[in-house]
This record gives sequence, structure tokens and C-alpha cells, in this order.
Amino acid sequence: MSQEISTIERRRERIDRGIKVRTEGIYAVSSWQEVAYLVLPRLILIVGLLLLPLLAPSLYWKRVASIAGIYALLALGFDFLAHFVGLVSLGGAFFIGVGGYTAAILNTSLGLPLVLTIPMATVGGAMICTLLLLPALPLRGVYFAIVTLMYPLALMRIIEALNIFGGTDGILGVAGFPNRWVEQYLIIFIVILALFALRRLVNEDIGLVFRGVKDNDQAVRASGLSITLYKAIAVFIASGLGSLGGAYLSHIYMWSGISQFGLDFSVIPIAATVIGGGGTLVGPLLGCFFLVFFSEWLREFGTLRIVFYSLILMAFIMFRSDGVMVYAQRKYHQFQRWVKV
Amino acid sequence: MSGENILQVTNVCKSFGGVQALLNVSFNVGQGEVFGIIGPNGSGKTTLINCITGFIKMDSGKVLYQSSDISGKAPNQIANLGLTRTFQIMRPYYSLPAYKNLIVPLFSPRARRSGGWRGGGKLGDRATVSIDILEEIGFERDSFVPYKLASSLPTGYLKRLELARCLALRPDIILCDEVFSGLSMSEIASMVPLIEKLQMDGITLVMIEHRLRELFRVASRVMVLNFGEKLTEGIPEEVMQDERVKEAYLGSEKLLDYTFEA
Repeated sequence: MSQEISTIERRRERIDRGIKVRTEGIYAVSSWQEVAYLVLPRLILIVGLLLLPLLAPSLYWKRVASIAGIYALLALGFDFLAHFVGLVSLGGAFFIGVGGYTAAILNTSLGLPLVLTIPMATVGGAMICTLLLLPALPLRGVYFAIVTLMYPLALMRIIEALNIFGGTDGILGVAGFPNRWVEQYLIIFIVILALFALRRLVNEDIGLVFRGVKDNDQAVRASGLSITLYKAIAVFIASGLGSLGGAYLSHIYMWSGISQFGLDFSVIPIAATVIGGGGTLVGPLLGCFFLVFFSEWLREFGTLRIVFYSLILMAFIMFRSDGVMVYAQRKYHQFQRWVKV
Repeated sequence: MSGENILQVTNVCKSFGGVQALLNVSFNVGQGEVFGIIGPNGSGKTTLINCITGFIKMDSGKVLYQSSDISGKAPNQIANLGLTRTFQIMRPYYSLPAYKNLIVPLFSPRARRSGGWRGGGKLGDRATVSIDILEEIGFERDSFVPYKLASSLPTGYLKRLELARCLALRPDIILCDEVFSGLSMSEIASMVPLIEKLQMDGITLVMIEHRLRELFRVASRVMVLNFGEKLTEGIPEEVMQDERVKEAYLGSEKLLDYTFEA
């Protein structure tokens, strides 16, 4: 008997072997182990995000979680545009500012309630951003980035110089959320929804067109598709996410002002994408939560905060420049199990 | 063999700065014909295709396609009319598998008109249709090849993928920019029947080619370009007898001419 066992040969096999039959796109799940292999990472992410407001020790940290969620929306939009459409956008501040001001104006001037202003600012802000960026869409690479960087700076100074929309004081008296649980959980749900929606979108047929635009825009034109149209659709999606974040921000702080055009909103999502891993969508999201919490935690160190912040960023860029999630996903795919031959 | 003219090109001119890339080039292509364009390097063949398909704005001239003027239209509009092209330097989407490469053209307005919202009408979704097209063009259906990333495919398959992208648009005419270049002899040997099959399917072909022997097997007429100007046009055997063509290809020095003939 013992002899028989020793003759059974065993070899190691990657767990995702049965899952990935030939391609990334075809799944054949055949055991609970494989189901767990697929579901577990997603479940951990969702449960982790949902627990965040509960685990936060004080109201201050709960607020930090909401702000991190807003940055995560921006980072998702940035990653989508940069790695799936080929447009490097520094327009985070632009999207936040337009969305924030739109929501604030709709709320204070027209008296619309929060349930209307947030969706309207999302769609309206996305339309404004897309229209303003339309002339820049034929540009590629760093040129598009520069144009998107100029818009928030210009809008900020226009509001200041013309003293419109409350000038430097901003728009006061924006309605707050009725309940702090709504405030904390709505943004988490939106972030989770946006993540999974974008992940699905980039693998749909229209998502393949977006990725085609990134890989080879001339071939897309030769395929009978207008690259300007599809770039505009992509910018609409990303700026919609940003405007949603901006509207949320206005309602959280019950105020909208020119600091919403601040460069933090353009830079932190990019840093988060570098840390988290570009092209994974989930990486930038986690990167945002890490960066925002980490930077708040560093406040204890006073002036040295920026030094620590810079050091950790430099360490990530030098030693893990492809991002944590790219590395983690690769390692996860390499998990092995013993199988009898 | 040729009925009505599907493509009429008249007096196309294009200059890049001081370089006259094309000067008053005119030709007609009949319905269902295989029309060859040959000429030495730098004679303006690819520029001509770029001008016809709208990738480059021509300085002057007119292109009539199915009797309607398409000069000055955007490349995607022209492709949607059924006038498609391949690129000499292949332009696949390297980060996508081969069959997903074809989903992009299948998403175009022209393909959707016949294919419905799923892309394939009764035939299924776009992935199914793209595998069908790939099989037609020489990707073995049951092998790994159609599912491989385009970045890992060899040149021969990428050239076929270029043709497949055109076929996905259900074209009336394909402008082929050197589909045989960079291929081994055996790969070319398997490409020639493919070209003949396209022609039998009623697709008009305009082929830029340096592989003259293979081109002359399929082409009914050829045009010779040199330094942006049309030298001559006619059936292959006559064209190659032309002194000016020999001069353009082999150089003007008598000595060179002699060496090559010997």
C-alpha cells in the first residue's frame, strides 16, 4: 500500500491553469478552490473598503476616508485615460473644480437638493470638461498633459480676477449630507461601482476600441472609426468621475472655492497610480487610500511630513516602479497547488 | 475583365517642403481588377496611397471613388465607404490578442450596418465573426494563433492581420501596401492564393509591390512611378520592356544595366 502511494507522482500546477483556458477572456471554473481563487481578492477589497468608515477611530479619520474615496475616483479616471486610451491627463483639478462649482451653483442659486445636484454636476461637469478639452484631443502624450494642466490654473485665476462665483471666498452655504453614514458610505459604494464598471468597460467591444486608440490610432482610423469621437467619449467618462468627486467634495465641506482647482487633485492621483500600478485600475484606487491616509498620519511629524512623504514616494518609484498591484497580480497568478499525475 | 472604373485618380500632387513627392499622378482602376503600382524606393507609392485614403492631405488633384468625390475626406469616412488600406509597417494593436484586434474594425459604422449591434448579425457576436475572418485569411482556427497577443505574432501573421482588418470592413477595394515584403518565400507562396481568392470574391485590389514576380502573377495592369511622376502604365510584360522603366529600376548608367542583364 505504502509502495503504491510512493509511485503516484505529484507535480505542481498553477491554480489559474484551469481558469485560464488559452486566453485571458475564457473562464472554466471547476472547483470551489478555483471559485475562491477568483472571488477572494475581490471580496477582500470590497469588505475592506466597506469596513473603513467603521474602523476609523474618529470623525476626522472618517472624513479622511471620504476624501481618499474622492481621490480614488480621480485616480481611476487617470488610469483609464492613461493606460487604456493613451491620454495622459493632468486635469484632475480641472474635473474636481468644474464638478464642485457646478454642484455648488445648482444647490445655492437654484435651490436644488443634493440628490439632484450630484448627478447633474456629474453629467454637466463631464460635458463642460469634454467640450473645453475637445480642441486638445488631437494632441498626444505630454502636449495633452500640458493643456489639461493649464485649464484649472486658468479657471482659478479667471474666477479670482472677475470676482465671479464668490471670488476668493468661494460659494458658501452649500447643503451638507443629511446623515454622516450616508456621507461616508455613498462615496465608498460609488468607488466600488466605478472600479468594477471600468474594469468591465475596458474589456467590452467599445473598450477594445479605446485600447486600440492607445496602441495605434492610425489603425483605428483605417478601421473606419473616428479617434476624436472615441477620445471624447473616454474623456467624458473620466471627467464625469472627477466631476462626481468634485460635487461630493462641495457637499462634504458645504463650500466650493478656488482651492478645488488646486494641483493636489492633479498630482496625487498620478502618484497613487505609480505606487499602485498603472493599468490595473485597482492599484491606483488602493494607492489613493494609502497615500491620503499616510499623508494625514504624517501630520504628527510636523514640518518633516513632506520629507517622509517624498522619501517613500522615491523609494516606490526606484524599487517598485511598475507598481504594487502589477507585482501582486503577477505573484497571485503564480500560486501553485499539488496535483496527482 | 474590368468593367466600370471603381477608382479614378486625377492629377494628384503632393510636396513635402521642397520635395515633390507626387506630381500629376493619374490612373483608373476598374471594378474587380488587380492593379499594381511599382517603382523604386522613394518614388511616392506609399504617399499616393496615403493621399487616396485621406491620411495625408493632397495639395491638388481629385479622387473619385464609385463616382463620388472623396478627396479631402477623413480617413475613417473613406474607410466607411469601403475603400480600405493596409499599412506597409504593420499597425496591429500589440497589447490585444489577434482576434480582439479585429473587433475594432467590426465596431465601425460600416460593419455595424450589416452586423447589427452584436456585430455579426445571425453569425454571432464580434468575437465569433473575427475568428471566422481570421480563419479565412489563414489563421488556423483550432490553434493558439488567433488567441495570441499581436505582439508575439511573426511578420507573416501580422501581414495577414492587416488584410483581415480590411476584410472586417467588408471592403469594395483594398489598397495593399507591400503585403509581400519581409516575408519568406514559403510565406509568400501561401499569400498569393489568398490574394487570388480575394479577387475572386469580387474585391478590387491595388497593390504596391517590390516582389514583381508574385505581383505579375495576379495583376492585370501595372503603373510605374519614379520620383513622384508616372512613367508608364500597361500590362506587366510591356511595362517591363520599357526603356525608362529599366532605367528607373537599374540606374541610368549603361554599365549597371549591362551587369544586371548578364
